Amino acid sequence: MSYFKEIYYGGLSLIEGLIVTGRRLFQPLVTVQYPRKKIPLSSAFRGHIELKIFEDSGTHKCIVCMSCEKNCPSGVISVQGVKQKEKGPKTLTDYVIDFSKCSLCGICVEICPTATLQYSREYELVGVTQADCRFDLLARLKKQVEQKEYEKNKQGKAA
Amino acid sequence: MSSDWFRLILGLLIALGFSQLNALFLVWLERKVAGHIQLRPGPMEVGPHGLLQTIADGVKLVGKELILPFKADRKLFFLAPVLVFTPVLVGFLVLPFGQNMIIRDMNLGVLLIFGFSTITVLAILAGGWASNNKYALLGAVRSVAQNIAYEIPLLLSVMSVVLMVNSLSFSEIVNSQKTVWFIFLQPLAGLIYLISATAETNRAPFDIPEAESELVAGFHTEYSGMGFGLFFLAEYTNMFIVCAVATSLFFGGWQGLFGINLGIPGVFWFLFKTYALIFIIMWVRWTFPRVRFDQLMNFAWKVMIPLSLVNLVITAIVLKFV
Ligand code: SF4
Ligand code: SF4
Repeated sequence: MSYFKEIYYGGLSLIEGLIVTGRRLFQPLVTVQYPRKKIPLSSAFRGHIELKIFEDSGTHKCIVCMSCEKNCPSGVISVQGVKQKEKGPKTLTDYVIDFSKCSLCGICVEICPTATLQYSREYELVGVTQADCRFDLLARLKKQVEQKEYEKNKQGKAA
Repeated sequence: MSSDWFRLILGLLIALGFSQLNALFLVWLERKVAGHIQLRPGPMEVGPHGLLQTIADGVKLVGKELILPFKADRKLFFLAPVLVFTPVLVGFLVLPFGQNMIIRDMNLGVLLIFGFSTITVLAILAGGWASNNKYALLGAVRSVAQNIAYEIPLLLSVMSVVLMVNSLSFSEIVNSQKTVWFIFLQPLAGLIYLISATAETNRAPFDIPEAESELVAGFHTEYSGMGFGLFFLAEYTNMFIVCAVATSLFFGGWQGLFGINLGIPGVFWFLFKTYALIFIIMWVRWTFPRVRFDQLMNFAWKVMIPLSLVNLVITAIVLKFV
């Protein structure tokens, strides 16, 4: 008797399995065709770090205190700045990171006294050498500022 | 006589062309079904909804080098993929696609198809043996064991139908299903046939001979280029044949349900039913995990064969006294 019972319940469970996958055929797809369609990034996404642009000054607020460089556990960051006046503040001349070594630990972002560091939303990064992973954040910032101004001008003209 | 030969050769050529097209379509369908079951779109890039993807893959396969493994049996190694494809082609000869659309209406058609289909196993064994590779050989040996086990319930379930019609000719079997399909009279035989047929075509959950997680690719591990392509082609053509036979034996062939034809030509009924069955087999493949070898054998010898035997005996008794 248990022989037939086994066949019966086995068959039932097989049909149940088929129903599960059969339903899947009509559910919306999860995968998107990547280069053409993209899904929104999570707000917690961490790309490589970048310099924030502040609305009031239109640029970053780095004071070249070197905290980020000193505290980075992986030695990713190198910051350079010069003094304009003898007893004045330093201005940033160079901010380069080697992203290939960054562990995205977030210490630099947290430690920055002026909160000028943030994670970028960049994820389409490709490189074949370590040099490709070196990002000049200051140059990147300049480009972003220019882009912003260009767009502003365009909008102004259109309006 | 000459018109007979003409018909035969023309039919074979059409069958050859059709089997290629069919395989191209089925590979695409398989990937689509697999994709949608896993909530992916499947092939999308080449052609509308990826329809031309298999053609691109085929071109790639043709362009690849045929590699002969070290110390392999050269003749057998190249013979096997050709051999695997011949019986599949023979199957097309006796399949009734429509009322008069049958290349050669033999009175032993059923026997012919099942007789020739065993050559597939031989080809798989030859390929696995000739490859000089332990995985290939293991896969081939498993394939033989599995096919021997599942051939029995397959033939026994077919026998039940043959007993009812009293003929081995496909057109007669189809003709006697004018009002009621045999699946309603022989549901158990139909089910057993479909399960054994899945095993015969080495498809999941019975794809032990090529179990990729254990045997790399089983019997065709060492095949590259078109050698692999032919095995692939044969698998999908085999699937079509098996489902076409099931359509003819159990689902009324080119006839509509309960004699209602809806004015649709028989060929379309036939193809529709065949592809529906193929779809079910694909659906099964992407639902169930592969069974273990002992489970497979137990299932064949302890469940399928006794049940099909009982079914056959009951059929015989009922036919005798009714
Ligand atoms: S996230 Fe961590 S590892 Fe990366 S640069 Fe900042 S401090 Fe260094
Ligand atoms: S911690 Fe902030 S302010 Fe200090 S050097 Fe780094 S980025 Fe500049």
